Amino acid sequence: MEKTINVTLKVWRQAGPKAQGKFETYKLNNVSTDSSFLEMMDILNEQLISERKEPVAFDHDCREGICGMCSLYINGHPHGPDGEITTCQLHMRKFKDGDTITIEPWRSAAFPVIKDLMVNRGAYDKIIQAGGFVSVNTGGVPDGNAIPISKIYADEAMDAASCIGCGACAAACKNGSAMLFVAAKVSQLALLPQGKVERATRAKAMVAKMDELGFGNCTNTGACEAECPKNISISHIARLNREFLSAKIKD
Amino acid sequence: MAKKETVVETTQAVKPTETPIMIDAKVPSGPLAEKWKNYKAHQKLVNPSNKRRLDIIVVGTGLAGASAAASLAELGFNVLNFCIQDSPRRAHSIAAQGGINAAKNYQNDGDSVYRLFYDTIKGGDYRARESNVYRLAEVSGSIIDQCVAQGVPFAREYGGLLDNRSFGGAQVSRTFYAKGQTGQQLLLGAYSALSRQVGKGAVKLYSRYEMLDVVIIDGRARGIIARNLVSGKIERFFAHAVVVGTGGYGNVFFLSTNAMGSNGSAAIQMYKKGAYFANPCYAQIHPTCIPVHGEFQSKLTLMSESLRNDGRIWVPKKKEDAEAIRKGTLKPTDLKEEDRDYYLERRYPAFGNLVPRDVASRAAKERCDAGYGVGATGLAVYLDFADSIKRLGLDVVKARYGNLFQMYEKIVDDNPYETPMMIYPAIHYTMGGIWVDYELQTSVKGLFCIGEANFSDHGANRLGASALMQGLADGYFVLPYTIQNYLADQIQVPRMSTDLPEFIEAEKEVNDKIQKLLSIQGQRSVDSIHRELGLVMWDFVGMGRNKEGLQLAIDKIKAIKKEFWTNVYIPGKADDLNVELEKALRVADFIEIGNLMARDALQREESCGGHFREEYQTPEGEALRNDDEYAYAACWKYMGEDADPVMLKERLDYEFIKRQQRNYKA
Repeated sequence: MEKTINVTLKVWRQAGPKAQGKFETYKLNNVSTDSSFLEMMDILNEQLISERKEPVAFDHDCREGICGMCSLYINGHPHGPDGEITTCQLHMRKFKDGDTITIEPWRSAAFPVIKDLMVNRGAYDKIIQAGGFVSVNTGGVPDGNAIPISKIYADEAMDAASCIGCGACAAACKNGSAMLFVAAKVSQLALLPQGKVERATRAKAMVAKMDELGFGNCTNTGACEAECPKNISISHIARLNREFLSAKIKD
Repeated sequence: MAKKETVVETTQAVKPTETPIMIDAKVPSGPLAEKWKNYKAHQKLVNPSNKRRLDIIVVGTGLAGASAAASLAELGFNVLNFCIQDSPRRAHSIAAQGGINAAKNYQNDGDSVYRLFYDTIKGGDYRARESNVYRLAEVSGSIIDQCVAQGVPFAREYGGLLDNRSFGGAQVSRTFYAKGQTGQQLLLGAYSALSRQVGKGAVKLYSRYEMLDVVIIDGRARGIIARNLVSGKIERFFAHAVVVGTGGYGNVFFLSTNAMGSNGSAAIQMYKKGAYFANPCYAQIHPTCIPVHGEFQSKLTLMSESLRNDGRIWVPKKKEDAEAIRKGTLKPTDLKEEDRDYYLERRYPAFGNLVPRDVASRAAKERCDAGYGVGATGLAVYLDFADSIKRLGLDVVKARYGNLFQMYEKIVDDNPYETPMMIYPAIHYTMGGIWVDYELQTSVKGLFCIGEANFSDHGANRLGASALMQGLADGYFVLPYTIQNYLADQIQVPRMSTDLPEFIEAEKEVNDKIQKLLSIQGQRSVDSIHRELGLVMWDFVGMGRNKEGLQLAIDKIKAIKKEFWTNVYIPGKADDLNVELEKALRVADFIEIGNLMARDALQREESCGGHFREEYQTPEGEALRNDDEYAYAACWKYMGEDADPVMLKERLDYEFIKRQQRNYKA
């Protein structure tokens, strides 16, 4: 049965990257608990537009938890209070009538705010560009079944590869570290024979780029794993550390 | 013998003229299996030193766009790649769940290139071009090899070899998958290849940029006008050729399984610059989506077709049971086996729950319209895993579909391990799109269109796990060849200045349009008008269409267009990040697409694939094709803002296979 609630929203508004931001408070009534969090944001924006005010800018796209675009910091948690989901999969049934909900953008030095709740996550693309790939051109590759791969390794690589690049890990980390993101890619490719050829150069290049872009260091608090919508394990960080160290030792 | 691919011009939507204009679709001669081989052997190529002097714009970073941009850069071309999202990795290809087809025959179950070709043609209800589809099947195996080499973690058997599953419309297991996230993994593979080229400087990436027009100089595509979505600045970009891979236009329905940003604007821009828009009415309605639940809903969520491997679809046999379920007084799990109607297994014994999508969708609608639907609205059917859990055990079902079940539970707040899922059809994919020839070139020279954005390979209905195949086939293995046949003649063309009058004029038109939209200052939000358009489309241009309804839809769309251009309200400025303006520009084009879809559906007086005209069905309620009169691709040509578009035809002569009534019963 459809149930509705009334909520108070404290939303971070910031006109541009250099502008001073502040919280604005909005009241929203009769929100169906079946609606998703972003549908609630749509309702807020429709309300603002009807009042001839500028709607809140926020990133979102697929709305089914896979594109990694949505990025709201809700009540102190990246992607909000529910576990193993992205913001777009959060539903209003997780909130109570009369709740005050605080909505902020990702807070991380490497993800500057563009406007309101939108941030620039180009740094993650740059890390991948530094080495998050297997250097093969199109064509001229062996048959897909030429190299058998243990199901155990393939499954583990798949778990690591589930990363959606949303940035929740760095946003959750008190040091603003991107280690879980980097580890997921390094780990995926290190587990597969196709990626092993470049494992040493990859680990070094990606870590160097991460440091250069202003991400912090990892102190193993585990906040990234706890907030990761795809449940990516910090055991991948351990593998990244092994990859990185063994690459450095060989230098 | 060369296959006769002709485009016949007509003055009216339906009546052919006496003097047809023949347009060459450039299908190479020779036997089907030799065409692509022969083409590659004889096409023109560009030598390495000349490649460096040629610029190519690729718009879109989905499977087609990213794989094309990466492959072209690897070859040595200078690539400019654009996407509207903050990162190329977010393109909507990422949301594809189930898998990718390839004729590897790893399962020894009788698969072959020919069989994949045949299944695809048949699945498309004999409305696709034979030569293109055969080529698609031919390169399908290379896609799997390429993705494995990139480190895509496909599912594997314990022996270490690649695993397969079955999808609708096939009797073999040829679908490769990576959990329920195949699109994500394939896209990340293409994204990593693209990122490698960006890192090398071979691709210049423009994210958060939206193409707003294509620039034509002396009849050839020479660049685009794009808006920097962060600053709002309109910019001009030159290239020797323009490749568009911007996906489908399913969001014309407002509610669809597409991402919120998915749009048909690049297609409309190309159409207005002379590219034909082919078969706009062919839209795919996916049978397994989470049903609509409220007015505030922003999008629909797909549940992968792979679920039909192990899930059984049913509704109650008795109307009173259906009513009791709708009221909440009866639970589906309480209904006895003999009181359930597994209607797909009943109607289509040979394919059962794995009939193609159009067939499954219509069957669900038929049951719900007849009063057997479940859920609060009566617009839902059950997808039940109880038998599979009994047969395979909970762990196996969890391993196969865990992420999908979790997704379902988060949205619906029901546990699908315990109670059957509820599903209903929703718009998912558009087979129609920009017309391209064998080389994937549109009717505008130098303008290419790839992936879902073009009309090419799926005919009137796309089989599951074939979209990923087509996107990557176009981007990795077809376009990088065919575009060279064009560019070989362009090596003498120097890079042009973007201060040429054609660029300035195109930019001015874009700016004028934006200013016009901002100046309306009406009372309606963009979304409210989009929603209104979507309802008209769903009611009259959706799963069941008829003449009267389509004529009504054309009038209604006209009224919506007027309402939009006189009463929309867009807050904010042009030279700023302005999401409402972005949406308004897209909705303006959705209105044009809606009109084209309705017109196209109206002229096609037959039922085929995703296009079901209620007047044309067999006594059993199956789609009734009319091959004598409608075996053509309808190609719509833009005639100006105030004129009706003109329909041209590409005749689809079948040289290698015989058209049949599609039969999934025996």
